[in-house]
Amino acid sequence: MNSELPIPVANPDSQVYWDSANQERLMIRHCKACKELHFMPRYLCPACWSTELEWIQASGLGVVHSFTVVRRAPMKEFDHLVPYVVALIELKEGPRMMTNILGPDALETRIGDQVKVCFEARGPDAKVPQFVRYLAQKGAN
Amino acid sequence: MAQTMNSIRNKVAIVGVGESDIGKVPTMSGLGLNAQAARRALDDSGLKLSDIDGVLTAYSFTEPYFMLGSVICEYLGIKPRYTASMVVGGASPAVMLKHAAEAIAAGHCKTVLICAGENRATGQSRDQAVAALMAVGHPYFEKPYGPSIPAFYAMIARRHMELFGTTEEQMAAVSVTTRAHALLHPNAHMKKPLTIQDVMQSKPIADPLKILDCCLLSDAGGAFIVTSADIAKDLPCKPVYLAGIGEYHTHEHLMCAPSLTEFGAHESGKIAYKMAGFGPADIDVAELYDCFSIVPIIELEELGFCKQGEGGSFYQDGYARIGGRLPVNTHGGMLSHAHAGAAGGLFGIVEAVRQLRGGLGARQVEGAETALVHNEGGVLSSHCTLILTKDKQ
Repeated sequence: MNSELPIPVANPDSQVYWDSANQERLMIRHCKACKELHFMPRYLCPACWSTELEWIQASGLGVVHSFTVVRRAPMKEFDHLVPYVVALIELKEGPRMMTNILGPDALETRIGDQVKVCFEARGPDAKVPQFVRYLAQKGAN
Repeated sequence: MAQTMNSIRNKVAIVGVGESDIGKVPTMSGLGLNAQAARRALDDSGLKLSDIDGVLTAYSFTEPYFMLGSVICEYLGIKPRYTASMVVGGASPAVMLKHAAEAIAAGHCKTVLICAGENRATGQSRDQAVAALMAVGHPYFEKPYGPSIPAFYAMIARRHMELFGTTEEQMAAVSVTTRAHALLHPNAHMKKPLTIQDVMQSKPIADPLKILDCCLLSDAGGAFIVTSADIAKDLPCKPVYLAGIGEYHTHEHLMCAPSLTEFGAHESGKIAYKMAGFGPADIDVAELYDCFSIVPIIELEELGFCKQGEGGSFYQDGYARIGGRLPVNTHGGMLSHAHAGAAGGLFGIVEAVRQLRGGLGARQVEGAETALVHNEGGVLSSHCTLILTKDKQ
């Protein structure tokens, strides 16, 4: 979609995550020893230090835990997108991740909104997970 | 644990404090600002240059040397037996005080200079400053989404509003209260009064935060000198004693924060209170970290000065003003006095020392005997709380 925006950089911890994102799959880590799920991939499980980890595909469903509308971009690459929404999503599986909320109704985002994953092209060979609202719900005010 | 804590309680004192010129100071380098603050702190203490045998400093975005501790010592002409540059973000000054206290109590050195500061206003462009601060965001899992530092804190503010009904006007009251205090400080960056309406109508940055909810970018350096209580008692200055100090760290990146409404300040505060043998009711003045207006609201709650969700009304009701129930950020904080890297939180320590020494005129908290300072780094990630007292407990 936009080659100017930062292109994700994979390292040995995150190679599978970004390769999967390229195939439009959102992956998270599961510890076989303690059953804990976590988002940010690491060499070991942050809960029990087991190295018996596997990748599982997340449902791609989640809820907006919190969000902000960015009106001044931190990097010039994002200037043309202002105002845009940055949110923390609580995945249905539990872990939290950061994302933008995309779509024509993004600026109406509220805490508690249900969202689902989509994938945004960044350059010719990369995609980043993003989220859209899929059932307009009023936040619990 | 208890033994470790007793090993530094009341063992050290802060004997000298100094601030550089603050605001836009294009005639000075970042290292120069550190040196000016250090020289003022030394003069304030009554110690000699040769008495300093330890130096701790933090980091600099505008002058990003690899070994800043050694660089500062070289610049100041000090050959210490104890030095390091410690990077715990905004929590660095309080954490450095803890390390200095431990080193002094263990006999590794006698007198430690702690300094920090940068020329953030004139040493870099505003765009460079904002981009450099993005180092706080996770390079792979946060940065692709374009969050600014205010955006991280805005998400924390939004969650607080959602769960507890905190309002933008209450956050504005933080900026207004702090500005009123800054007007009483001769060296504060900001000199003009501020109203709630000014804050509410200021430029939106990351909803719900507006530019006047955000800290300054200043040229500023700060310094203080720590020595043993034994040495302190013979000095001409009035020493201020370290009664309790505690730190706690829960995450670095916001996506990994265990909670957006409960942070490590509660735990760091608990450790500090326990060491000092005090509770929140014993504190006369508090210098809290205020990089954004939501932060002292949360810290008041975490540190037990009010119930969770009541930090906003604490400010709105005037309790945080000088003369109020618990004066907060009596120098003007990072919102109105100065913010330049780790110097921001360091000025909270400087101000606490000055309040306990007394004689600040209109800025003085009447009868202040006990002060609490809280520093935080990252995105409410790393916390350090300290309690200072006028008299040795």
